[in-house]
Order: sequence, then structure tokens, then C-alpha cells
Amino acid sequence: MADLISLSPCDGLLPVTIGSVTLSEDLPDAMTSLAPYAGQEKALSAALEAAHGMGFPAINRSTGKAGARAIWFSQGMALVQGVVVAPELTEFAALTDQGDAWAVVRLDGDGAEDVLARLVPVDLRRQSFKRGHTVRAELAHMMASITRVGPDAFQVMVFRSMARTLVHDLKTAMAAVHARG
Amino acid sequence: MRLADKGVLQRGKPVTFSFNGRHMMGLEGDTLASALLANGVHLVARSFKYHRPRGILTAGSEEPNALVTIGSGAQRDPNIRATSQEIFDGLEAHSQNCWPSVEHDIQAVNDLAAPFFGAGFYYKTFMWPAAFWEKVYEPIIRKAAGLGALSGQADPDACEKAYAFCDLLVIGSGPAGLMAALVAGRAGADVILAEEDFRMGGRLLAEVEQIDGMPGVDWVAQVLEELRSLDNVRLMPRTAITGAYDQGTYGALERVGHHQPRRANLPRECFWRIVAKRAVLAAGAIERPIAFSNNDRPGIMTASAVRSYLNRWGVAPGQRVTLFANNDQAHHTARDLVQAGLHVAMVVDSRHDAPDSELYPVMKGAQICNTSGRKRIDSITVRSVAGEERIQTDCLAMSGGWNPTLHLTCHLNGRPQWNRDIASFVPTPGAVPGLVSAGACNGEFATAGALREGAEAAAQVLSDLGLEAVKTDLPVAGDDPYNIAALWAVPGKGRAWLDFQNDVTVKDVKQAATENFSSVEHMKRYTTQGMATDQGKNSNVAALAVLADATGRGIPETGTTTFRPPFVPVSIAAMGAGAAGQGLKPQRFLTSHLASKELGAPAIEVGLWYRTSYFPEPGETTWRQSCDREVTMVRDHVGVCDVSTLGKIDIQGPDAAKLLDFVYTNTFSTLKLGKVRYGLMLREDGFVMDDGTTARMGEHHYVMTTTTAAASQVMAHLEFVRQALRPEWDVQITSVTEQWAQFAVAGPKSRELLNGMLGEQIDDASWPFMSCGAVDVLGVKGRLFRISFSGEMAYEIAVPARYGDALFRELLQRVKTLDGGVYGMEALNVLRIEKGFLTHAELNGTVTAFDLGMQGMVSKKKDCIGKPMSTRPGLMAEDRERLVGLKPIGAVKQLTAGAHLFNPDDPVERIYDQGYVTSVGFSPTLGHSVALAFLKNGPDRIGDEVRLVDHMRGIDAICEVVSPVFFDPEGGRARG
Repeated sequence: MADLISLSPCDGLLPVTIGSVTLSEDLPDAMTSLAPYAGQEKALSAALEAAHGMGFPAINRSTGKAGARAIWFSQGMALVQGVVVAPELTEFAALTDQGDAWAVVRLDGDGAEDVLARLVPVDLRRQSFKRGHTVRAELAHMMASITRVGPDAFQVMVFRSMARTLVHDLKTAMAAVHARG
Repeated sequence: MRLADKGVLQRGKPVTFSFNGRHMMGLEGDTLASALLANGVHLVARSFKYHRPRGILTAGSEEPNALVTIGSGAQRDPNIRATSQEIFDGLEAHSQNCWPSVEHDIQAVNDLAAPFFGAGFYYKTFMWPAAFWEKVYEPIIRKAAGLGALSGQADPDACEKAYAFCDLLVIGSGPAGLMAALVAGRAGADVILAEEDFRMGGRLLAEVEQIDGMPGVDWVAQVLEELRSLDNVRLMPRTAITGAYDQGTYGALERVGHHQPRRANLPRECFWRIVAKRAVLAAGAIERPIAFSNNDRPGIMTASAVRSYLNRWGVAPGQRVTLFANNDQAHHTARDLVQAGLHVAMVVDSRHDAPDSELYPVMKGAQICNTSGRKRIDSITVRSVAGEERIQTDCLAMSGGWNPTLHLTCHLNGRPQWNRDIASFVPTPGAVPGLVSAGACNGEFATAGALREGAEAAAQVLSDLGLEAVKTDLPVAGDDPYNIAALWAVPGKGRAWLDFQNDVTVKDVKQAATENFSSVEHMKRYTTQGMATDQGKNSNVAALAVLADATGRGIPETGTTTFRPPFVPVSIAAMGAGAAGQGLKPQRFLTSHLASKELGAPAIEVGLWYRTSYFPEPGETTWRQSCDREVTMVRDHVGVCDVSTLGKIDIQGPDAAKLLDFVYTNTFSTLKLGKVRYGLMLREDGFVMDDGTTARMGEHHYVMTTTTAAASQVMAHLEFVRQALRPEWDVQITSVTEQWAQFAVAGPKSRELLNGMLGEQIDDASWPFMSCGAVDVLGVKGRLFRISFSGEMAYEIAVPARYGDALFRELLQRVKTLDGGVYGMEALNVLRIEKGFLTHAELNGTVTAFDLGMQGMVSKKKDCIGKPMSTRPGLMAEDRERLVGLKPIGAVKQLTAGAHLFNPDDPVERIYDQGYVTSVGFSPTLGHSVALAFLKNGPDRIGDEVRLVDHMRGIDAICEVVSPVFFDPEGGRARG
């Protein structure tokens, strides 16, 4: 029986480097949304801490680190990336597998802020959007999740089906920033 | 002519450019205007209406005359102000609105006919015959009058948009702006200093002035060096703030590529949205001309422009210069010219108490009443108590005083205030929340005062932001008196220009007043004063002063017209930057997209999605052939179709069933585990929002399916219900549309196809109609739903999207062995019309459950959203347009969606309308076209004839009203 081959959302599109900025695909091992049930926020956070070493993130914040991260994802919801969420957490929260739903890219390098400043109407400068800060915002015409994961590095997520547009829009902005010299 | 030792630009770097085909040399740091003057070119343009020869009036973005077209072909940019355009090697500039050339313009004949062309001429003259206006008069007038034109070709250049944020936005980099940026920057505030010029410094670059014992230019350089060293200060030259908007948002236009040869990917312009906690407006002031007869000739400039060209660019605008002024500061022009070794023939000052000078002759209490010289001024006529005197001159500098550049303070509907002392409007404090005005734009015209106000404004901002100011000493600077005595227009015969860009004269404004257009807003529209690219920057105040005089009112009572954004012209290309080609909107691609494309299958846009329309086989030349084959294939064998675009919403929690009962008309709390139910959803107003299926995957776990069209609407609706209407319910929802690649497998052999791929074999007993559950698909954990949108025995199989491409390719191979294949949107549509299944062609927002024959699905046992409103009078009336099927009678005729229905004996007129057609397809199964329609009393008219008329496509057919379910009405095929 044939095995089904897995394709990543940005298959064949990345990586690309223009000037000092590199855009590459991030493929977290797993992505699961966690939405705590009524009154379970603290219990969930504790269980998440116990199971995976990170608490439930506050609004516009992420917890954990590269490889195992929980990012605030929307009202009353976090997205855990990198680890398969322990099944016992279903007691406290609705868990939904989102491992295939999002194109995840990493924008890295000196000038990454300038690239995003062309697409995202949010202040993403280092002094106001520090490492670990996250936001759900429009990127070009797409609803995106943007997290600062390093001094000059951002994780950007949009719907999987929009991967090509994401790469197109980011590459266009990267080229324009680079062209200024 | 360039002077040897004047100017503050780079001497060593020559630049070659061309003007009207003539190659010329300039220097790096020249604007096109300064380079043209250095080359002795004064005639640059022709005026808008009369095609009068025009030169360069100013040295800034307010320039009304010297508009040129830069570049050629598709890359040409019209209406670029020569005073803002920097020259670079290869720059190509052309005069506009003239033929055959700017030197010899045939339409200058308009100037001779000027007595007929005053304000209101067109309105009065071209009234009759009415039909002639659009077809004859307007095209002629438009051809004769006007500015530069677009190429008419697609724009090959790109612009960009960007966002910026700061504590303090300083607008303008003259003494006030630099001081504000310095004080705020030293205190650690996030500062953006925006300057529309390519070089920062404002008037300090153009004046002979000492600051702190050094030349003003050196002080500017010193301050800029410090600002550049501060990480918290961002300098944005070439960036004009174009508008002030709510909550500290400012629009800004940055010229990115206009000043250099084109380079790949380099945008022409960037349109910024800058969000600032506070702003300091330090935009300076604009010198105003004086209206007198023939004051528009090439060689006549504002006095400050003459100083700019002399002191900044080292260019002598003339050899024998005259000055006409009503204030002390303008005399600096004569002083600077003489000190540069140039001849000042006369300073004409309208004030009797004007200061004397040892450097140049001054005529006090005199006025210039006329000039001569067709393509360049050659003399002025001065009128004084001694009579009229003619003086030879090749350059006239004029100054009627200064108007503070307060436009931005009016963008949120603020009105400026009249300051009698300086005969100018000044900003009203607080007109734009968070914005403070400082320096010349605030009516403080002395350098020392501007420095002080800039520092004070920054101190106020720092205090607002809770930052501590670092002590900064005010530099010592000049405090020359202004001493203005207002002079707007010199009385006399002939045309005295107020608005150079729109060819509006004093006479036109008086004419407007005479004809009772006495409101300044009416005058503006009647005369066109203050319109077009300069927006009355030079003429507004003078025009309203003339109007005030003509109507016997004061200037403050007369008031100004409304200053609106943008402050400088902004190309539509910049505002719409990025939204061309692929940037127009996101493209959503299915996981089967590439494989489908490899099969040569065309895609159709469904919202943002690209779905496959049909899969052509060799020999098929039309989509209908493919569609017919695909429909028959599904009915007879098996077909596979990507249905991943349907909305999928994951619903979990103890109250999940309650939520479903509340949003669906029918009951879902009774749905058993592993079962799927069809549901109908209403809007709050009782009309149908969407339909779809919901599957129960676990004790408190459901997956709702929506139509593709309403996926986001339903998601938003559920969020609203959960967050706003029923916040007490413990239920969580999230979209999983993108998580799963889902394929319909439909047809009599669908189970056979699946059983070759599933870990466990299925049959009717284990997977009856409307069941669901987890399955193993070729080693991948998937989901299987036995649901049917085709009326055949059918399944939908879902796998995580990463496997979508592989599963589609696998299905593609396997389905062929069963005489089946893949099918697209066209076949899917025919299959569902044959079955009377609905899409948003039918669920068009105006239909009720009753109209669809689904009133029985609105449960009487429970409440649901929309239920009370759906029972409003009229929403369940028998004679509403209700769902039926239509089939043609007689020879097969084309039916079309969108056609309207009439009784066969009625006239085909609106009032006899009986309904409309929503969906049409050719049914290869039945051998004729099938249509779904909404028809008055529809279900009661089965068997009747109706006339279908499509005026758009010229179709007229008689149809029989039938049940909307054309095929297998018992549904036996789907149940198996």
C-alpha cells in the first residue's frame, strides 16, 4: 500500500534571501490550539506548565522557547507549537489539531522590521514589540499571527492556503527594502 | 547663471539632464528649477487656461507654474513640480500643456480672447444645446486647458506603502523643527523628523544668517549630525506629511525613486501612515505674491525664492533685479543680491515708512502697476506720487508677506484665526489633538523666535509623555522685525493674477462677488481659484482678501476655504501601492491545485479560492463536453472532487449541543455520536444565512460544515453568539477549514474505491448514510463522512492538509481503474441542481426557510436565532417567490440564471414579474436543461407553464414548472 507523502505549506517556495533578510519555512512538529473551558484558565496553565514547561500566555504574549512555544492566538485561545500536547489537557481545554492549518515562516535578519513595516499596521519595532511578544494582525490582506522570536527574527503565520501570497508579499517587501540600499 | 562662490551644494559633481530635448548640465543638489535657472531657462511652462508663458515662481512644493512631465512613455510622471524634482544623470523633463513647444504654443491665442474667458464663461456660454456639453464642448475645453497627462498605459513602476510609529512626529526641519527634534531627541523620545525637501534645514539653507556665531547652514549640519547619532531619532527627508487624521495618524508621501535613475524593485514613492503620540508642526510659511497687472511673466518670482536660488543653489535669477515688497524681511533679497555682486535696479516698497539702504535704491510708497516682456520680464512700471516710471529688469522679486503653512491644522475641520499684526491666518491651538505648531507656521517669522517655539513645543510634548527634558540652551539667532503693511492687489487695468495655476485674476474674484458668489467657498468653485495641485497655497489668502474687499467685509469674516488632505499631490499609485497583480488580494490554493494544473484543468475563482472548473480529457474542446462526461461518470461509476473549501468549524465543550440548537433551526442535541445531520441556519432577521452538515465526532465534540461562500460569515456569527449572546455557555469554537484536505468520493463505485484505501473495510451497516468517524487512510489518520451533495452514494474523506496533494494523486490513479475520474465545479453544480440541492445562488440573503420549502426544518419545540423574525407577516405568505424547478418545453433552448419569469400571456414588464432563475445546468442524465428558480406561489404551480426572459442575453423560452428535485426524488441512490 502506497504511503501518502507529506508536503509543507511553502513547499518549493522557500527559503529566499534578499539582502540581509532571509525568509524560510518553519515546520513546528505539531500545532494545537488550546481554548480553556469555563473557569479552567489557571488549571490549564498549571497543567501546561507541568506537562510542557510553559504557562498559558497572556494576551499578546508567548511563553516557552524555540521548539516548544505557546503563543496567544485569539480571544481565550493559545496555540502550542513544537510539542504534541499532553492528552490530559483535554480536561481543561478544547484541544484542536492545527498542525496543517497554517503556513509558518521565519523572517530573519537586519531589516526584518522594515520589511514587516510595509505590510503590518502594528508597531513591531524592538522597543515596543520585544522577543516573545505576539500579535494577531493584518499582513497585506491576510489575517496573520506574528511573534518576535529573536532580536531580528519574526515568526509569521497565515492560513496554509495563502502560503503563496504570503511569500509573494514578503518577497516584494524584502526586495523594496533591499533596493533602497 | 551660476555664481562662483555662492550656494551650499556640491560643486564638484556635475549632472547631465535634458529639458524639452535639450541637454544641459547641473550640479548634484540642484532641483530641476535651480538647474534650469542656472542654464538661463526661464520659460518653463504654459498656463492652464490662457497658455501664458510661465516661469518659476517659487522654490518649494507650492510651485504653481513650473509643472513638468518627467520621463516618457509608460514611465512618464506628469505634473511634477520642477522646484521639488532633483536632477540626476539621465533625467528627462518636458513642458506640458503646449503645442508644438513651450516657446511657440498655438493655443496662446486663448490669451488674446481672454476678455471672453473670465470666470463663469463656460457655465454661461456652453448651455445650449444641452447634448453638446458632453460630446462637443467638454472634449474641446479639456483638450485646450489642463495640466500634464498620464501615459494611458499600464504603470510599469511600483510604489509601496508602509507604517511607522513614534512618540513625536516633527513636521519640517527648519529652525523650529530642528530645535524640537533636538530637544525631544536628547530626552530619549522616539522622534521622526519628516522634511519634504531632500535636504534638511528649511529656510536656513536659503538665508544669509548667523546662528550661535556660525552660518545657519553650519548650525543645521551640526544639529543633523547629533540627531543622526541618536538611535531614537529617525530622519525622513523627501517626506511630505500629507494629512492629519484621527488619533494621531498622519499620512506622508516619501519620494523614494524620483530622484535617481530607475533601479529594479526600487519603489517610486512610499505612502506612509505614521502614528504619533504627539506632533510638532514646524512647516514654515509660504511667501505670497502681490497681484498687479501682468505679474505672471517668467522672471517674476517670490522674493524668498530669489534668495533660495541665490544662497542655496548659487544661481543668479537675473542680472538686473528689482524687488516689490511690503515688509522688511523681503529687503534681505536685495541685500543678498548686492552682496553677491549683482545689480539691484530698484526696491519698490508699498510702505511709506520702508527702511532705507545704502546698498540699493528704495522707492517708498510706490507700487508696481504693470510689467512687460512676453517670454521673460524686461521691464516694470512703477507708480508713485511722482507718477509712473518704467524700469528695465530681467528678474522681479515680489513679497506680499508670508502665510503660515497651517494646512494640517485644518484637516480635522479646524479653522485658522486671523492675526492682524502679521496680516495672516495662524493656527488655532488644539485644532488637531496632540499637535502643537511652532515657528513660522505659527506666525513667528523671526529665526530666534522659531528656535524658541520649537524648543518650547518639544518641552510641552516631553512633559505630556512623562519624559524629562535635558537642558538645552537656545542658540543665539537673528530677530529681525517683519513690519508688514498688507498689500493684496494693486489697483489698475489689465489682468492681475492671484492663482497662477488656475489662471484666476483679481477681476475673476470681483466678478464672482458681483454675481453674488460672495461666500469664499462659492467664489472658489465659480472661479476655480485654489484648485488643482497647489490647492491655493500661493493664492488663497490674497483671493479671499480681494473678495473681502469686493464684498465690503473684513478678512476674518470672509474666512478661508477648507484645507483638505493631501497637502501635496499624492499619486493614486502610491495610495494603492502593492494592490496590483498578485498583490490585489490573497490567493487561496487547494492542496490539489498543482496536480489539477498538471492535468490542464482550468481554475475558477470562488471568493479568494481557486477551484478547478473541469478536467478536460483529450478530444474535448468545450467545457460542456467535459462537464457532461464528468456528471455521467459520477452517476454511472465514481468521481472525486476536492471540497476542502467548505468551511469547517470545530465545536467543543459541554454546551456545544446547546449552541448548535440555538444557531440551527433544527435540533442537533439529539444527534447521535458518529452521525451527521443537515442543518439550516437563519440570520437574526429570519432569513436564511447558510446550510450545511454537522457531524458529532465525540461526546462534546462536533464539526460543522458551512458553504464555501459563508464560511467566514458563519464563523463570525458563531463567535458573536458565543461571546455576546451566550457568554455563559461553556463552548469553544475554532476554524479547521485549513487543517483538512477533504475530497468528495461520489458514485455507485465510491465505496469500492474507498475500500481499497481504508485500513478497515466499510459497508452499509458499518457506515450507513449520514454517518461519520475516524478512519485510517493509507496509514494516515483521517475522517470519513457519508454525505452526498450529488445524490449518489457518496463520502467525503478528509486527511490533514499536508497529505492532501498525495491523497488527491492517489485517488486520481485509483479512480481510473473503476471507469471513474476527477470532477470539477461545473459537474458538481449540475449534479446538485439535478438533486435540487442549494448553494448561495439560492441562499441569496432574501429567501426564508418557507421559500425553500424547508419550513418543516424550523423546529417547533425549541427556539433558535431568527425564528421569531421568520414568522413576521409576509415572510410566510403563499404568494412569495418560492423554490421550484424548471425544465424547457419543446426544442431544447438555453436557460440562464438571472432570467426573470412571467406568465405566458402577460406583457414582459416589471410589474408582471413572477420570479427569477437562480441556477441552471444541462443535465446529461435527463437530456435537457434544468433550472432552479424562485416563482410566486411556486409549489402550487407544478405543471404550469412560465415564460423565461433574459433581456441581457436575448433569451425567451417557455418552461414547465416542476419539483426542484429532478433526479431520484426518493433519494434511494444516496442511501444505498
